[in-house]
Amino acid sequence: MRTLTGREAVREALTEEMKRDEKVFLLGEDIGVYGGAFGVTAGMIDEFGEKRVRDTPISEAAIAGAAVGASLVGMRPVAEMMFMDFITIASDQIMNQGAKIHYMFGGQLNAPFVLRMPAGAAEAGAQHTQSLEALLYHIPGLKVVMPSTPYDLKGLLKTAIRDDNPVMFIEHKKGYGEKGEVPEEEYTIPFGKADIKREGKDVTIIATSHMVYKALNAAEELEKKGVDAEVLDPRTLVPLDMESIVKSVSKTGKVVIVHEAHRRGGIGGDIAARISDSDAFYYLEKPIKRVTGPNTPVPFSPVLESEFIPNEEKIIEAVLKITD
Amino acid sequence: MELSEEKKENMYRNMLRIRQFERKVDQFISRGDITGTTHLYIGQEAVAVGAVNALEKEDYISSTHRGHGHSIAKGSDIKEMMAELFGKSTGACKGKGGSLHIIDTETHNLGANGIVGGGIPIAVGAALAMDMQEKDEVILNFFSDGAMNQGAFHEAANLASTWNLPVVFVCENNQYGMSTSVEKAFNIKDLAARAKAYNIPGVKIDGNKVLEVYDAVKEGVKRAREGGGPSLIVAETYRWKGHSKSDAKVYRSKEEEQAWKDRDPIAHFEEELKNEGLLDDDKVKKIHEEVDSEIEKAVTFAQDSPYPAKKELFDDVYVDAEVEL
Ligand SMILES: Cc1ncc(C[n+]2csc(CCOP(=O)(O)OP(=O)(O)O)c2C)c(N)n1
Ligand SMILES: [Mg+2]
Repeated sequence: MRTLTGREAVREALTEEMKRDEKVFLLGEDIGVYGGAFGVTAGMIDEFGEKRVRDTPISEAAIAGAAVGASLVGMRPVAEMMFMDFITIASDQIMNQGAKIHYMFGGQLNAPFVLRMPAGAAEAGAQHTQSLEALLYHIPGLKVVMPSTPYDLKGLLKTAIRDDNPVMFIEHKKGYGEKGEVPEEEYTIPFGKADIKREGKDVTIIATSHMVYKALNAAEELEKKGVDAEVLDPRTLVPLDMESIVKSVSKTGKVVIVHEAHRRGGIGGDIAARISDSDAFYYLEKPIKRVTGPNTPVPFSPVLESEFIPNEEKIIEAVLKITD
Repeated sequence: MELSEEKKENMYRNMLRIRQFERKVDQFISRGDITGTTHLYIGQEAVAVGAVNALEKEDYISSTHRGHGHSIAKGSDIKEMMAELFGKSTGACKGKGGSLHIIDTETHNLGANGIVGGGIPIAVGAALAMDMQEKDEVILNFFSDGAMNQGAFHEAANLASTWNLPVVFVCENNQYGMSTSVEKAFNIKDLAARAKAYNIPGVKIDGNKVLEVYDAVKEGVKRAREGGGPSLIVAETYRWKGHSKSDAKVYRSKEEEQAWKDRDPIAHFEEELKNEGLLDDDKVKKIHEEVDSEIEKAVTFAQDSPYPAKKELFDDVYVDAEVEL
């Protein structure tokens, strides 16, 4: 099968959906001739023109709000936040407006827009590196998608664009350069279906976004130490595939949850709580462990940043604590 | 107001310090010694230097992601700046901030900002504090054209005007926010026209002429200090380099770039000072040598400095160290 980078996979999903449905259009900062800060939309303005690949002023509230508004009146906007950190500027439009429109108006209106946003630490200091999925996860009405591989990025983005709800689509900057197999044929991936990225019987590592790659590396190392780890990628956080999580945990009896976001209030805590609430509780042999970013902002200095980001070593250490 | 010869020479020297500092940084970026995102100030030196020289020492500034020039003009130690760019523990923010977050409390610089427009309300808040404490100081708030389309700008400008606060807004219209030209992002030509909406004075000036910047800012500062409230100065200028290292500059022409380079703010000021008899070729050469050697020292300092210890990751999250992390 051919391989694509994460960046190409996202671009292909956007391109295919724009060809399929003329109501789909893009808006965001520098997504036109510049091709987006991370090159995701490179060349798309040539194919679709500036009406459907719309460069905006630096106005995140207006970008998100325009996506909400256009989605109410027949369009299918896919807006880009140049960095996920900037959802804070757009947060009224996302959280008070877009997320609540369907519910508070008694189901009379839909807001089928997608907000794409690159997250994650990548050498840019405290305001360009955050993984803020927990903020979005907390808000009823938003679907939250956080894929890892090119295959998942493409299939889930196509589903996101066709979904009738607001979908927060979180890409990891480091995932743009990762390569992976992506079929030429059309496919979509349903929301709420976790993917077992590696089967194992001794411990379940639940990892999100770019942490999936680290979990897979860690699992290989662990195998040499005689530990057979299962790596489960939830892929979508809302909806979350608890069924697959319960099934895996019931098999292994041990869980390590890995995310790059800060530990306090991170989604790992909620996943752990939901495991404890579930039938998997009776199969747990050891405490649930979390490997996460610490409760500090992301520092600039490369040595400090790499200390911030969870790595293979820390995952292995956490796994060995409950399997040894 | 007439500037002393010494001050003029110093302004020239500072413009050069900014340019040479940025050139050095540019080299280290291409070599990969400086990581992450850095935005160079080359081409805009007259704005920072002209504006800051219109301030008293105790006055404040607040800066942007393209902030090296502002810091240097305000008198920051370039050794600490360079070390910060290298992510070293001797840096202006102990390596925590990087280029986007250089600050210098000693020189009353409230810091660069990674969020476009994020610094504008903060500057207004600082002005509020000065007003409430009946201080004499004012704050000069730098931002560029792109930031003017953030809600934060409009909200802050309105508040500053309504509360009559001592802030001078200096918009460096360098014609682009990343790839987006002013023509594409605004439906007005003169950005200073926005001042009308807040009932404050607004002027457009040639931002490549350091003395013109100085004069305009001097007036805004005087007004603010005397209780006349905020004003907006739009300095027309140009960023010579790409927005950041990954910018292929496909959105503008070589001719346009050349036309602006032909209006080099440093060459222009140099010529002016030569005509006045303040500078000659020998003097210029000497200043160049002094500036370059100062920058080399900063580089050596940065390179020789240690990285932060890993445990420093957990320092300074809260003021009180005992808060659980
Ligand atoms: C809120 C926000 N949106 C987008 C960005 C990404 N970004 C950084 S600088 C920049 C362009 C800023 O343009 P302008 O304000 O004109 O400043 P200049 O780069 O010209 O100095 C953009 C879009 C950001 N840092 N913050
Ligand atoms: Mg600009």
